[in-house]
Amino acid sequence: MVLRYWYLLRSSWARLFELIYWPAVQMLMWGFLQVYIGQNASFFARAGGVFIGAVLLWDILFRGQLGFSVSFLEEMYARNLGNLMMSPLRPNEFITALMIMSIVRLAIGLVPVSLLAIAFFGFNLYGLGLALAAFFANLIFTSWSVGIFVSGLILRNGLGAETFAWSIMFLLLPITCVYYPVSTLPEVLQYVAWALPPTYVFEGMRALLIDHVFRADLMLQALALNAALMVIAVAAFLMLVDSARRQGTLLQTGE
Amino acid sequence: MTAAPAIAVDQLVKIYKNVTAVDGISFALEPGSITGLLGGNGAGKTTTIATIMGLVIPTSGRVTVLGTDMARHRHRVLHRMNFESPYVDMPMRLTIRQNLKVFGMLYGVDDVAGRIAEVAADLDLTDLLDRPTGKLSAGQKTRVSLAKSLINRPEVLLLDEPTASLDPDTADWVRGRIEQYRVARSATVLIASHNMIEVERLCERVIIMKRGKIEDDDTPPHLLARYGRATLEDVFLDVARGRSAAREAAQ
Repeated sequence: MVLRYWYLLRSSWARLFELIYWPAVQMLMWGFLQVYIGQNASFFARAGGVFIGAVLLWDILFRGQLGFSVSFLEEMYARNLGNLMMSPLRPNEFITALMIMSIVRLAIGLVPVSLLAIAFFGFNLYGLGLALAAFFANLIFTSWSVGIFVSGLILRNGLGAETFAWSIMFLLLPITCVYYPVSTLPEVLQYVAWALPPTYVFEGMRALLIDHVFRADLMLQALALNAALMVIAVAAFLMLVDSARRQGTLLQTGE
Repeated sequence: MTAAPAIAVDQLVKIYKNVTAVDGISFALEPGSITGLLGGNGAGKTTTIATIMGLVIPTSGRVTVLGTDMARHRHRVLHRMNFESPYVDMPMRLTIRQNLKVFGMLYGVDDVAGRIAEVAADLDLTDLLDRPTGKLSAGQKTRVSLAKSLINRPEVLLLDEPTASLDPDTADWVRGRIEQYRVARSATVLIASHNMIEVERLCERVIIMKRGKIEDDDTPPHLLARYGRATLEDVFLDVARGRSAAREAAQ
């Protein structure tokens, strides 16, 4: 399956371009904004890279899920799902291939953009070292869980549910506090925020860039939540596949 | 002693909400046989085939393929089956070779490259192997779909309208290849079709469905004799329009 998606990416410059285009636009916009604010506010002058770091980490979360979901949607668009469902491909193998492709697509988009961040703003994402590995692992796990759940919804409900693939992550954008601390939220929403693994990552990133402290405790809590989220997502996916087999919707993968 | 059926459908019922798509049908297909599944739109053919493939879970009843319950353990036999349908496409941007390679790997075929060469030669696709699938004519696409369905040398082959949208010459050529494969591999073939010429030419048994039930099930010569018709198309029209029931009532 990975080979199948790799052939597709290789054959389409438009798909490759799209992988780089949006992360680059986002990073440049937020980067220049940070430069401007940094020149005019002492806090941001101290906390160099918070915005760019947040943009790049948000992109790992968002593009990771999108990479997973778009690979799945390619099968729907190509009307190839029937061939796959009828083949010996097992759900866990399909999910694993989609996970690998989400990393491949993410790498194609994010590596050039992270290099641009060094060139334009002197922000070296890789300078975060081991912390980056912890941030990345937690964000990609969340993106896969969301991707698995959305794929199940699309399998069960057809392309009518496609909009979830493009928009569901934006629900997390304000609640997971990508660009501001959790304390900014009303108290009720803070409980919601702390139930979501990415919140721990973005708090951890701010702790690292502003206070120069790596909060391993936050990463471990995020990992535990991610494990629970993954179990729930896989269970939901299998239930949705089962429901699709009962309702006969695997045959009707259109709108 | 009779061999165990390759496909056994036992009291199959499938109800979608309030609609009964399949209503208690039973049949068994012998290994190496070729059978036509006929019926008008909404007769229940697609649901029956989808249940045989394990894509649909029955409301009640049971479907086994090569002795395996398809609702519960389909992955045990999927590598020994395959299917072809004009309602499912191969990825258009991939070349024929890439598509066949991916499916060959999914089906666990040994020596995928060798098998691709073999199946391409059989289906006259050798010169097209490196062309994107989306740039092929309808006839060529059908041959590619057929190549995919034969890539794992299936013991059970399910074909849904295998010659839909093909010109008569290409359709006849494709039918010849299907027959050739069945004889060579002693494969069990089930064909859902609206094309009576196809069914008459290929099938040694015909199952006619109407409103989720089996209306008739026999060899083509017996059906023609019983309905007093010269072609299966006339038999099909008799069944579809309820003339068989009227004739029986009159007799």
